[in-house]
Amino acid sequence: MSMISDSARSDIENWVDKYPAEEKQSAVMAALRIVQDENSGSLTTELMNEVATLLEMPEIAVYEVATFYSMYELKLVGRHKICVCTNISCMLNNSKAVVDKLEDKLGVKLGETTADGEFTLKEVECLGACVNAPVVQVGENYYEHLNPAINPDKIDQLLAELRGES
Amino acid sequence: MESSAEQNIVNIEINDISLQVEPGQMLIEVADANGVAIPRFCYHKKLSTSANCRMCLVEVEKAPKMLPACATQVMNGMKVWTKSPKAIAAQKSVMEFLLINHPLDCPVCDQGGECDLQDIAMGYGGDQTRYQERRRIVKDKDYGALVSTEMSRCIHCTRCVRFGEEVGGIAEIGGTGRGDHMEIGTYVQKSLSSELSGNIIDLCPVGALLSKPFLYSARAWELQSYLSIAPHDAVGSNIKIQTRNGKIMRVVPADNEEVNESWISDRDRFSYLGANESRVTSPMVRNSSGNLVETNWQAALDTVIKSFTEIIATDGGSAVGAIASPSSSVEEFYLLQKFMRGLGSNNIDFRLQQQDFSAGAEQSAPKLELSLQEIETQNSIFIIGSDIQREQPLLSHRVRKATLAGAVVSTINPKTIEFNFAISTSVKTDKLTPALAGVAKELLSRGLGGDLNLEQLLTDGAVNIAVEAEHKEIADSLVNGENSMVLLGALAYRDQNQSRIYSLATAISKMSNSSLNIVTEGANALGGVLAGAVPYHSAGKVEVSECGVDVAEMISNPPKGVVLFGVEADKDLAGDDSAIDSLGSGFVVAITPFMDRLTYEHADVVLPLAGFGESSGTFVNAEGRWQSFSGAVKPLGEARPGWKILRVLGSSAELQGFELDSSEQVLNEVKALCDVTADKSEPEISNWSAPTDLGNIEAEMVKPIPLYEVDAVVRRSAPLQEQAKKLTGGVDDV
Repeated sequence: MSMISDSARSDIENWVDKYPAEEKQSAVMAALRIVQDENSGSLTTELMNEVATLLEMPEIAVYEVATFYSMYELKLVGRHKICVCTNISCMLNNSKAVVDKLEDKLGVKLGETTADGEFTLKEVECLGACVNAPVVQVGENYYEHLNPAINPDKIDQLLAELRGES
Repeated sequence: MESSAEQNIVNIEINDISLQVEPGQMLIEVADANGVAIPRFCYHKKLSTSANCRMCLVEVEKAPKMLPACATQVMNGMKVWTKSPKAIAAQKSVMEFLLINHPLDCPVCDQGGECDLQDIAMGYGGDQTRYQERRRIVKDKDYGALVSTEMSRCIHCTRCVRFGEEVGGIAEIGGTGRGDHMEIGTYVQKSLSSELSGNIIDLCPVGALLSKPFLYSARAWELQSYLSIAPHDAVGSNIKIQTRNGKIMRVVPADNEEVNESWISDRDRFSYLGANESRVTSPMVRNSSGNLVETNWQAALDTVIKSFTEIIATDGGSAVGAIASPSSSVEEFYLLQKFMRGLGSNNIDFRLQQQDFSAGAEQSAPKLELSLQEIETQNSIFIIGSDIQREQPLLSHRVRKATLAGAVVSTINPKTIEFNFAISTSVKTDKLTPALAGVAKELLSRGLGGDLNLEQLLTDGAVNIAVEAEHKEIADSLVNGENSMVLLGALAYRDQNQSRIYSLATAISKMSNSSLNIVTEGANALGGVLAGAVPYHSAGKVEVSECGVDVAEMISNPPKGVVLFGVEADKDLAGDDSAIDSLGSGFVVAITPFMDRLTYEHADVVLPLAGFGESSGTFVNAEGRWQSFSGAVKPLGEARPGWKILRVLGSSAELQGFELDSSEQVLNEVKALCDVTADKSEPEISNWSAPTDLGNIEAEMVKPIPLYEVDAVVRRSAPLQEQAKKLTGGVDDV
């Protein structure tokens, strides 16, 4: 029984169509993103195997891609994945304080998920928004200028906003 | 042509020595061919280039940075230095980098003494580390019963990964994670399923992948190496049997580009572990109370001669017979048939699983018309009744290489059989004859029948043959292929309708101008035919006055006296237990390395035969290549090589021509009879004529023999049996 929905399948087909017919596996990254989104933000071995079948590639080749890129999650994540940049520009703009505050507020360390399954805290490399450092990414949105020393309430507002969505 | 030949030469200099080389080659190939040592880990001549270990960095004139010799093509005027200060500095840095995480556990590592990392670190590395940080630890993987892992030792050369994709034909191992977290493995827990998986042990340049059964049992420098020939299939893979103190410790491949390249199958590598299980170590005779009791050779031989003489005196020579293993050596086959024929019997056979013997001498011996290497150059391959990947793993590898080069493969096989190469047309059926006749009829309808006289058989005959779309596709591919081959395998040979299938396959190959290639079970089926171990002719195909009976007839109507030579009757022979038991009703002489059920319950005399690696001999592989080997260890206990046992039997029976002092002498006698030139038997031309009917067209195909059930040695190898169990989930015969 397939765990990939028909709409996700047709999304993947759209990506497959972008590449030459004999290079189906070129669509693997897009396919993994699509099935990950559909599966509450994480991948399972079964899903990866299905992608392998779909794209006619060895299962191990899918595992290689999924484990190489940090944006694929291989363990369950919370409903909101808060990705904190700690790269050079954000670090200079006090990203350490952002991490500390988030860890304190959520009661989890980097790489962990809150007990209620709402939040996962993740350290990431440069998000490409250095001009507005320090930055976090949640879903498809960027939240910027989060230095608690300058904007003390911004992180609380962010968490409240995310909780409100729940 | 000469000017273009000159253009096809590139002048380069390596270490100030001028070389003229072919264009398109990589620097490392040129260096290897000219004896210039360049260190390397990831490069392997049989695998694709990955250039990721960086150990082979060399200095090239005008290149700003050091270049990897394995991935740098030769260019005209190129000047290369492999030992310049810059090259040495680069090699030393790479070595230091590779050793950062490698554990210093050489004293407890099986690879020690034959380790590329150890050797190259010695030659190119520094003498101490500057690294103070923690070394990374990688969890070991469970690859099954054959390959052991110690993944912290892995240097990520990816040879095993590339082997899986490129040679094994099944990508199971990969590199997951990245950077410092990268690991080589299968990601999910699984046993390696390739029948060639053991080769990654040899490929691994460090001690990360090791032989599980050999683990911690010997050091490389303690081992004596003996060249031999693998006895489990008709490829005749060249192997090295490595021994210590007269005991076989392991088997590794010996390179032979024409036969097995650099590989051997797992069956060939790990079968030695079954060689000493349930061995017969002294001659035995059944006493008056029905028990086998140990005795001496003389007494046992006297019993054989006495009983056989009595049987022949009352019932004539044809009352005795012999059944031999298809993996007996040429020398053994020859002396056994000489012994039987000396006694006045033509009842000798080794075609243990065959059911239809009606063709007899009209059929050519099971032989490839092509060489193994030529298989790679075929455009169209038609496989008939063969689980080729399991029957002949390294022949199958050649077929796979042909497919990778664009060859089209079609098959007629039972539906359970799958291959690790692409098949364009696959007829999945339980009945071989109708499908084969369909293809033949299609070819005939295209006017290719010539003077083969097939019309009566295929179009005008009583049986209406249906030509399906697949049959047309197969005909297309054979006719269109510039080089096309028909490959007839063991399932076709064991079919109830074998003689007609052989005829149809021959007709198809003639009509489509394809080569006819036949390969069956055992290591020496071709040798058996050439040495005369068949009822219808003696050595060198000398016709016999009266054809003897075949193995099936010997089972259903057992001779009064029978010699079982290297046969584990209740497993090797076709037929149910009671049929096999009836074989024990007469006087049974079991010449065997192993104690098995029939021997234990029914043999009247048991003569211990030398086992795997214990005697010299010769196998003729499917190509007709005569390959001789010597013994690697002494026979266990009082066991003796087959040719010696048979020689003494012949002399004791006062037969002529048994005054032979060595196996070479026996071999020379056979070769003289078989007209062998340059250790290769030429392809034979069979005088073929169309059969008058299609035989039992409804005959159901037999089941393939599982990979690790092919002979008595393999069946006794515990690691192979464990691996088989793991791969089938404990279920036999999936």
